Amino acid sequence: MEWLIQHVLEKYNFWVAMLIIIISLTAVIVKENLLKKLIGLSIFQTAMFLWYVSLGDVGRDILTTWGLKTGTPSILWEEAAEKGYIYANPLPNVLMLTGIVVSAATTAVALAIVIRIYQKYGTIEEDEIIEKEMEFEREGGELKNASS
Amino acid sequence: MLLVEHFPVLIVGLAMFCAYTMLLAGYLNRKLPFFISLAMNCVFFIMSLFVLDHVLNVGPIRYWQGGWRPPWGIEYVIDAMNAYLLVIVISIVILGLIYSRGNVKSEIEERKHPTFYTLVQLMAAGLYGITVTGDLFNMFIWLEIASLTAYALIAVAGGRALRPAYNYVIMGSVGAVLYLFGVGWIYSVTGTLNMADMRLLLPLVYDNRAVQMGFAMIVVGVMIKAYIFPLHLWQPDVYTYAPSTISSMMASVHVKVMFYMLMRMFYSVFTLDFIRHYIGLDLLTCWVAAIAILAGSIWAIKQRNLRRMLAYSSVSQMGYILLGVGLSPFSPWGLVGAVAHILNHAIGKGCLFMCAGAIRQQEGLKDIRDFEGIGKKMPYVSAAFTIAALSMIGIPPTAGFASKLFLILASLDAAQYPFVVILLLSGLLNLVYFWRVIDQIYFVRHEGTKNAGEAEGRGKPLPLSMVAPTLILAALCVIVGIIWLTDIPLPLLDRILSDLRMGVTI
Repeated sequence: MEWLIQHVLEKYNFWVAMLIIIISLTAVIVKENLLKKLIGLSIFQTAMFLWYVSLGDVGRDILTTWGLKTGTPSILWEEAAEKGYIYANPLPNVLMLTGIVVSAATTAVALAIVIRIYQKYGTIEEDEIIEKEMEFEREGGELKNASS
Repeated sequence: MLLVEHFPVLIVGLAMFCAYTMLLAGYLNRKLPFFISLAMNCVFFIMSLFVLDHVLNVGPIRYWQGGWRPPWGIEYVIDAMNAYLLVIVISIVILGLIYSRGNVKSEIEERKHPTFYTLVQLMAAGLYGITVTGDLFNMFIWLEIASLTAYALIAVAGGRALRPAYNYVIMGSVGAVLYLFGVGWIYSVTGTLNMADMRLLLPLVYDNRAVQMGFAMIVVGVMIKAYIFPLHLWQPDVYTYAPSTISSMMASVHVKVMFYMLMRMFYSVFTLDFIRHYIGLDLLTCWVAAIAILAGSIWAIKQRNLRRMLAYSSVSQMGYILLGVGLSPFSPWGLVGAVAHILNHAIGKGCLFMCAGAIRQQEGLKDIRDFEGIGKKMPYVSAAFTIAALSMIGIPPTAGFASKLFLILASLDAAQYPFVVILLLSGLLNLVYFWRVIDQIYFVRHEGTKNAGEAEGRGKPLPLSMVAPTLILAALCVIVGIIWLTDIPLPLLDRILSDLRMGVTI
């Protein structure tokens, strides 16, 4: 038990990230509302960024003159360089900058589609949409804009 | 450095550049983007042939972006597998573009044409990118470029396509993020993102849980994208309601490129040794594939909508490719079957979706039961459909026969006899659902269910730009089928097997 607590506390970033991932994936799977699904997806992506950025954390056990336990942010900073501090690994951070761009693009595309769905069906609840589709199919007609 | 060694990066870079040029040109004239895209893709096709020639005769091309050496910089690697796939992807994209010329007019509003072609070109650029890259994170970026444009292209159709498009956004993004997550796990252990470098570092840590976890996440993520059986749920709706051009392009090349990622993971980043001895995934893969083959076929039999039937048929055909990969630890024929089926399915399914789109455009028909008399009204399209369907079933001179032959040889060679039975049975199931359509097209006379004759008879004859690519693909089904049975592709297969380091040559 003690070992477990120590283990969790030592790497709490990763545990928290994993917890958020589980919560967000549940939202993606369970929620019927399309926007809530999308929010779940966004949180999922963000939690992964948190996990990735935590990877860049180096020099955990190295005590610097400041008493810092972790690497300083990976920004070229003359004073830190003179004193020989350890920088955090910049690669995961850089990767996640790209990841954030991708995530923003995904959200934008998804939101655009949600707006189109709302214009078409007048609702963003998945079960209601399916119901309407069945209705249209029974009548054999094509879908028309609900708002116009 | 030879000029040909710059071609891979030129193809990708110019494809991206060309896409944005097309968007600007679209403001001047709505017809320009199509011609720019067609011209550039023809140039890329010639380039890719040079690349294939170079790879076969000289060896893999390694291109260092900005001159940075591999573990640090992004490396583009073209070996025989990439070059082969690149040629397939570019040629199908060209045929799809030609087909779309006549098709988009009926399916998409005219003011959206420039953006439509821009998105198609961007999707193509993403696919080329996945094909040429040798870096795991770079692959994720190209994957997202190819996927995001695909989401938008599906939603362009509007109406019923919107909900499937949204489902695909959610599932596809979860897949892509899982892939990136898996890469992160492996990166956290090895500290590298370059595939070749990772292959060298990984064997030391095959026991590591993080590596195994990363592998699992990557495989699941990519399998969602490649709709391997239990993860195919987004796919049938998407293929049914997307614009015809996009269905055809996605079914023929988009999914092949996604599957190629899986093959890279299996053979180049990890090894068969890892899959066999540390994960124990070899026979399991075969069984998943077997279930996919049977389940896809059975669902296809139940469908009445032609495109939905083809979509389920695609699920089953992806099973064949996965079966080939799963059998490859036991027998080199397995990989040969998978590689052959990547080409054969791309041609055959592309042709079938083009036919479905053509029938919908000319006669306004979607339901298989209304198809009587199509054989007389649309002789060329029906002939193309029949040839491609025979290829899917696996009748001898066609392409599908060759890949089924290779897979059956692989199962026999590996002494996995159940798969022989499953392959033969699935051939029979394919016959059931394709024959139903062929029967309706040619032989049924006026037993029409509901609206025979009054099916809004748009009746305008199809433009040549739609019929020609369909016929070219149908002809290719036969030509490629014969070529596979001769010894012309042997040097290529030899190269692919040795580049994927199977260590065995036929």
